[in-house]
Amino acid sequence: MYTTELKDKNQAPQSAAVVEDPARLEAFEARVAADDFIEPKDWMPEAYRKTLVRQISQHAHSEIVGMLPEGNWITRAPNLRRKAILLAKVQDEGGHGLYLYAAAETLGTSREEMIDALHSGRAKYSTIFNYPTLTWADIGAIGWLVDGAAIMNQVPLQRTSYGPYARAMVRICKEESFHQRQGYEIMTALAAGTDAQKRMAQDALNRWWWPSIMMFGPPDENSPNTAQSIRWRIKRETNDELRQKFIDVTVPQAEAIGLTVPDPDLTWNEARGSYDYGAIDWDEFYAVVRGEGPVAKERMQARVKAWEEGAWVREAAAAHAAKHQAREAAE
Amino acid sequence: MTKNWPLWEVFIRAKNGLSHRHAGSVHAADAKMALEAARDTYTRRMEGVSLWVVPSAAIVASDPGDAAELFEPAADKVYRHPTFYVIPEGVKNI
Ligand SMILES: [Fe+2]
Ligand SMILES: [Fe+2]
Repeated sequence: MYTTELKDKNQAPQSAAVVEDPARLEAFEARVAADDFIEPKDWMPEAYRKTLVRQISQHAHSEIVGMLPEGNWITRAPNLRRKAILLAKVQDEGGHGLYLYAAAETLGTSREEMIDALHSGRAKYSTIFNYPTLTWADIGAIGWLVDGAAIMNQVPLQRTSYGPYARAMVRICKEESFHQRQGYEIMTALAAGTDAQKRMAQDALNRWWWPSIMMFGPPDENSPNTAQSIRWRIKRETNDELRQKFIDVTVPQAEAIGLTVPDPDLTWNEARGSYDYGAIDWDEFYAVVRGEGPVAKERMQARVKAWEEGAWVREAAAAHAAKHQAREAAE
Repeated sequence: MTKNWPLWEVFIRAKNGLSHRHAGSVHAADAKMALEAARDTYTRRMEGVSLWVVPSAAIVASDPGDAAELFEPAADKVYRHPTFYVIPEGVKNI
């Protein structure tokens, strides 16, 4: 999701504008190639730093914006058990955003800059969160598919070359698998329910399937920076590799609960040991990246509103801290 | 817009008998708030029994550029390790 570079299609790929000291660059490349971790105070090429700041902050924004489609179902969860679970999941996503913002800050950016970039629309976040959550089954589909795709993406990132990012991913991965299971449990219950409930589950799968497999980002031939990111061990697998893995594990999960993946071209390829799948509508993907997702505006409005309405709390806390500091200094 | 709250480093003692270990960082206006934020951010699953929060600005760190002079001198002092010594065959409990 999260780890692919979300840029508008026409944006130029990153260029090595800064000329780096060749000796340092060579030493750096050798360390990374040997799977050594890079830590905040270590020398690193500017392009490595920039790529990381962009990727980690996009990832953080995705966690934070990802709270919105689920948060609006907390009060409507069908029972107390589901409500407590959803509340815990949404709280986890907030935590994930915080771990990641903190990791990005070690690269020299500030929390304010990142939040400002998000709120002003300069920063990207995962396309998936610009789709609406229409029914309770959507909460099941999100946990199962969206968190499932996130796990597929995040597991290899536990070995990403930048230490603080890798450590944040270890924490996140530990928490993520309950997210997927609770979603799948919701889908399982609905799929085993009344006809109307089963239809609801199938409808959610129909709407979330394609956006979920788009989360892995553009096809490899269209992601010019992937090779560099893999060489620097920022990414460990390509978009298409991860997408294929996700499809291969998810299709049997759908079958197990009697749901049908909405792809008529989906067939098991014995020779490859993988599923072949139908063409992805990349025009839709790029439109969502450009900010034309069905609920993109609502998401940012909700986010900015929450931030602005919390301003007095932040101001009060700062005033309180200043008052206490002054008092202590006077003593 | 209010200025960024200061950054705090969070350390967690997983259980008594173990030392506190760095977990991550939080922004908070003061120490009390830093503890509360650390609790909510880093211990939602019984990760610890005790928390430390330390203003990040108070940490003095060594420079990676000095790593060679700081740590490499130890590399040629292999006699500091028990495996350096030759013990006659058959001798036990040493
Ligand atoms: Fe997450
Ligand atoms: Fe999650």
